[in-house]
Amino acid sequence: MSDDIRTLTAELAADPRSLVFLELGEALRQAGRLEPAAKVVVQGLTRYPDLPEGHDLYARILADQGDLEGAFDEWDMTLRLDSTHPGAHKGLGFLFFKADDLHSALRHLETAATHRPDDKQLAGVIARVRARLQEAQAVDTAAPVDPLVITPASSVVSFPASESKAESASPESVGEPAPNPLEDDGLLLVDAAGLRLLGAMKGAGGSETADRVAAELAGVSKEAGRAVRLLQLGEWQSLALEASGAHFFLVPPTPETMLLAIRDPAVPMARVALGAARALEAARRWLERGS
Amino acid sequence: MSNHQKALEALTAIHGVRGAMIATGDDGIVVAEAVMEDVDGGALAALASSLSHRLEAAAAAAGGGRPGFLHLQATAGALLVCPAGPGLLLVVIAERGVNVGRARLEMARVAEIIT
Repeated sequence: MSDDIRTLTAELAADPRSLVFLELGEALRQAGRLEPAAKVVVQGLTRYPDLPEGHDLYARILADQGDLEGAFDEWDMTLRLDSTHPGAHKGLGFLFFKADDLHSALRHLETAATHRPDDKQLAGVIARVRARLQEAQAVDTAAPVDPLVITPASSVVSFPASESKAESASPESVGEPAPNPLEDDGLLLVDAAGLRLLGAMKGAGGSETADRVAAELAGVSKEAGRAVRLLQLGEWQSLALEASGAHFFLVPPTPETMLLAIRDPAVPMARVALGAARALEAARRWLERGS
Repeated sequence: MSNHQKALEALTAIHGVRGAMIATGDDGIVVAEAVMEDVDGGALAALASSLSHRLEAAAAAAGGGRPGFLHLQATAGALLVCPAGPGLLLVVIAERGVNVGRARLEMARVAEIIT
């Protein structure tokens, strides 16, 4: 055990309410002792659940442990507590980059860079993301429009419980061709008139329900828009519903369309949101190419 | 102060919460409210009820079961809704930076009290 860690451990033992848990957690993380680092930070967060630095540190530990979904949840929480937190923006930028959601990655990384202009690693990643975006745009221009068909997982009402391809991106997958996020069970793209553009869904007994769901969603989009206008909340960005049998997450790829992601209720909503965010960019590209 | 009002005060005490109310789920009528002056309570109740119904219909069409916590996120804030006993909805309007996790937990606690 290094002297620093020993000293910080003694300090924390003497005053368990001290914020020194942040320094100790970071020291343990940097020493590669991720399990004790996580334990220290989780204990600290039980005392200071609203401390953005605590959630950011825990996210970095989880990322080091390979738990990218957990890291995403913690950085998401950090931004809920401090929407300008550069560490959280940087972390989310890396995660979106790994998941090949380049637009979201660039948005977070550039936000982080405004607070950390001297971070060379960050500047390098931003340059790589911009280059990848230019490549993607060139490929999009050249590629023909492919009909994308989303098939249901089964003929009974059950929603995907496993991670989508986008959500399960690992650090090792960086550089490999990314899977098409629209080729995923539990996604439905609908237009403003309640008509299905992409996706399929079967109810109990195998009956096709996607068109009924699409029809109901048209009303949801209008209602959400009306609510945020009246409450002067700006533009609506997402709508999450935790139901007893499924988690629903809605995002508008364009003002005239809506993308629905459905997952088993065992999947945390933040992870459903991550998958939907990636599919959102793919849906926009698909709509642009299809028009 | 009524029990409903006390329960709502616990929600408005959360940093970033602009208002909270209890409304009927069927027709969006205000039962109790603690909202800031710039928030039209009646309209908020009606919209929350309507949005809730729409989503309930979509969830039912998808076979997704009984609706629970609803979170409408917008660029400048959020609307949070959850069932609060038979025929009632608990509605919270919040600023963008609100700790949604904390608001959600407190809403679940208040909903239990109301029920």
